Amino acid sequence: MTIQDIVAKLGATVALGEERMDMEVEHAFASDLMSDVLTLKDTPVLVTGLCNVQTIRTCDMASLEVVVFVRNKRPTEDMIELAEDNDMVLICSQYSMFKTCGLLWELGMKPLY
Amino acid sequence: MHQEYTVIEGDFVNAGKASSSVKKTLKQLNVNPQVLKRVVVALYEAEVNAIAHAYGGKVLVDIDADKIKMVVADKGPGIPDIAWAMEEGHSTARPEVRDMGFGAGMGLPNMQKNVDKLNVTSEVGVGTTVEMEVNFH
Ligand SMILES: Nc1ncnc2c1ncn2[C@@H]1O[C@H](COP(=O)(O)OP(=O)(O)O)[C@@H](O)[C@H]1O
Ligand SMILES: [Mg+2]
Repeated sequence: MTIQDIVAKLGATVALGEERMDMEVEHAFASDLMSDVLTLKDTPVLVTGLCNVQTIRTCDMASLEVVVFVRNKRPTEDMIELAEDNDMVLICSQYSMFKTCGLLWELGMKPLY
Repeated sequence: MHQEYTVIEGDFVNAGKASSSVKKTLKQLNVNPQVLKRVVVALYEAEVNAIAHAYGGKVLVDIDADKIKMVVADKGPGIPDIAWAMEEGHSTARPEVRDMGFGAGMGLPNMQKNVDKLNVTSEVGVGTTVEMEVNFH
């Protein structure tokens, strides 16, 4: 599926990376724990409730490009600037972590583990 | 090639700047992406520790054709029991560290998993030095 499919399924807004909507994605990983994200061997879509500069730094280090923030959390200007440097896509879902993950599962996104 | 960075206690906004800059350098040097990820993940965890658990310090990086050496040396308070700290799940992190997405006691074990050589030395009241090496090939 593409990022566009994710955005449509979640009725989400795109905070950054509008031009990358046709990027193909397959796997997702959900966590608020950045140390956990730093153990991933792969580069899935990250679903998280942690919305601060460290989220973006962690993605930079772990080479993750797509983040879905849950519960209507909005990235700050600082976060967007940093994410822009790394060509990332930032999506804001209005739903809870649980519902967001459920909808992505329904869409056919696969778990890493 | 030698690089130096300063990290400041509690400066979470800038946590990862050194690692990010090292990442850019290694990219320019065409280091294999998997190896690059191991390097920056380990350095980032060490950098966060110097900011979260210590009074700040220095990051020293030396890159040659076949490996990278990284030293994160902080100004204390030191680690009383290194073996305890190296165990997964062991942490003394304050709530503000947990708010940043760290503090699950996974940092030191993850450094160990990602680097080819890890040496942690510490003296209580003086400081902690984390030395790491990753071979490029
Ligand atoms: N540079 C340091 N200075 C003082 N204590 C440290 C340092 N690095 C690690 N520690 C101690 O070791 C523990 C485990 O570190 P780590 O594995 O990175 O997990 P975390 O950072 O999530 O607590 C820390 O909670 C802290 O007590
Ligand atoms: Mg740590």
